[in-house]
Amino acid sequence: MGIYDFHCLRPDKSLFDNFLYKRVETKIVLLHVKIECKQGFIMLSFNALKKNLKKDYSGFKVVKVAIMADSASQFIKDALKAYGYEVQLNFDIYEAEYSQIDLQVFDPSSELYEFAPDYIIINRCTEKLLKEYNKKERLAQGHYAEDVVGLTRQYFETLGSRLRAKVIVNTYPEINDSVFGNFAGKVTSSFIYQLRKANLGLMGLCQQHKDAFICDLALLQAELGHRFVFDPKMYVNADMVYSLDFFPYIAKNVTDIILSISGTFKKCLILDLDNTTWGGIIGDDGIEGIQVGYLGIGKVFTELQSWAKQLKQRGIILAVCSKNTEEIAQEPFISHPDMVLRLDDIAVFVANWETKVDNIRHIQSILNIGFDSMVFIDDNPFEREMVKAGIPDITVPELPEDPAEYMQYLRSLNLFETASVTEEDGQRTRQYKEEAQRNSLMKSFTDESSFLENLLMVSAPKPIDQFNIPRVAQLSQRSNQFNLRTIRYTEEDIKLICEAPNYYTLTLSLKDRFGDHGLIGAIILKKLDDSSLFIDTWIMSCRVLKRGMENFTLNAIVELASFYNFERIVGEYIPTKKNEIVKNHYSDLGFKNVDGQWVLDVAGYEKKLTFINNQG
Amino acid sequence: MDANQILSDVQVVFRDVLDNDDIVLTEGTTALDIDEWDSLSHIQLVSALEKHFKIKFTTTEISSWKGIGELTKTIATKIG
Repeated sequence: MGIYDFHCLRPDKSLFDNFLYKRVETKIVLLHVKIECKQGFIMLSFNALKKNLKKDYSGFKVVKVAIMADSASQFIKDALKAYGYEVQLNFDIYEAEYSQIDLQVFDPSSELYEFAPDYIIINRCTEKLLKEYNKKERLAQGHYAEDVVGLTRQYFETLGSRLRAKVIVNTYPEINDSVFGNFAGKVTSSFIYQLRKANLGLMGLCQQHKDAFICDLALLQAELGHRFVFDPKMYVNADMVYSLDFFPYIAKNVTDIILSISGTFKKCLILDLDNTTWGGIIGDDGIEGIQVGYLGIGKVFTELQSWAKQLKQRGIILAVCSKNTEEIAQEPFISHPDMVLRLDDIAVFVANWETKVDNIRHIQSILNIGFDSMVFIDDNPFEREMVKAGIPDITVPELPEDPAEYMQYLRSLNLFETASVTEEDGQRTRQYKEEAQRNSLMKSFTDESSFLENLLMVSAPKPIDQFNIPRVAQLSQRSNQFNLRTIRYTEEDIKLICEAPNYYTLTLSLKDRFGDHGLIGAIILKKLDDSSLFIDTWIMSCRVLKRGMENFTLNAIVELASFYNFERIVGEYIPTKKNEIVKNHYSDLGFKNVDGQWVLDVAGYEKKLTFINNQG
Repeated sequence: MDANQILSDVQVVFRDVLDNDDIVLTEGTTALDIDEWDSLSHIQLVSALEKHFKIKFTTTEISSWKGIGELTKTIATKIG
């Protein structure tokens, strides 16, 4: 097949056996407007996606985005705007004139700064990279990557000094300039060596700049292929370096990043067992009969388990939901030599004969996170449909029929985008398991006070410091429920707040006889005037609800306010879709409603009852 | 596929890509007759026509068309 044939609806036949090919073809006929990329992941075609542009975006959250590119970016703009509809975001987009990145960034009076975006997308293409590289002398070619990274650093520093925006830059998709052949890797000044070095350099740079993020187009191209990503005809006729149907992928990738930065991302992976976590049916085949390990099809399940384990180690909570007898279902986790996942890895293990909808609701009630932050993986289409119908917010990937395709498909979905990683993340599963122990202790007490007393809780309130800034930023970005105003702060923001003279901060940790919750709450207080202190931020992890932490925290706030001679504390509740649980927070704590704001007088304050021992 | 069939297929593609069901194409239609037919939508039309007829146009062909007549003629030659 010719180089252009990838743009037809029909995928390269050699990639498929006949059966699969037919299946894929059927799907195309049925869906018509969607294109098929190799092994099953379905993305809207550009033509189908752009129909969203005529739809009604009112009521969606507005996000201001600036797009600057060194190739024609009209379709990036259209695709992003249209993709926003899929996730209920109304992107308000400023598109810089063609090839104006330097001008917009370095001129303080540019339209970019006037627009004041929340996010800046800098899209630079490999074709322009190559063009500039080709103009240089051999010597200069040898340090071209440093020049590219250096210029990007200047972008970040300049933008950071003038705006509070997050900046998203792309890695360069690789193209072979075919000058040195495979030998290019041995030549420092070769284009391919410099391109890869630039990509590594950009990643390193973004590690240093908290407000900078990578949109990994190189990785996207690795998955989709250069022939899908690049359209020579578009390039020659319109100076567009991407094929039409690649734009939806760019839009999705950018949107994934924006969503995760603004607090929408997955926190939990729920696994079915039979034919999902291992091959075969444990109840029928027995522990010797199930397929896992590096023999035959077992490899598939081992790799899926390894993926789940890696996710767990970076903070994704694992749960099991299976129609099985619990004892039988747990046996492989305990004694099968080839299982990667062990009982310790699973925060909530549910195996019974109830419906999966009920069981997932049960898991949700223990974990106390939104359904929209959960992913459920099950090989059975019937179960998947039941769950999707019963719990619309949960993500349920359409696993391919052949387990051999599971991993390639799951990886292509980019389910677990994240905007931050902290040391504490890896502890999360342990914390949820401890929570289960607390729950069983609670059942042995008839009244709440004796239970709380028995937990032997201690906390040490202290200001935000350089060590806990990442965790506080993460709480600020993640907490949806116990969050009074839902104002999101990044690490950079919080650093500035800590340095500002008119702010006071508190962090709250919690330990008890079963374990350490770590840092679970943060307070940011802003001085309004000499007598009033405003609670700018009150966030708490929902892991520690119903521990009396609110009372303890208020005691700490009043103590601080009193120390600095403030007369009153002012609170505000900004309702969102998710923070209903703190609707009555301030009235419950004795604040008085004064013209829509909640006010507490420091002088007459009586310390709230708490079972948490202050070790601050 | 006869000339009428090609013209009618091209019309379907135009209506879909330009999102306008009122478009009626004849052999004599040019870009001047259709508001939405600009350089940006031209690229999308080319891509959609290629998909629809499972053919590929060359860059020279794309820039040489004066109107629908020449376009349908190119398609007729390609699909044989």
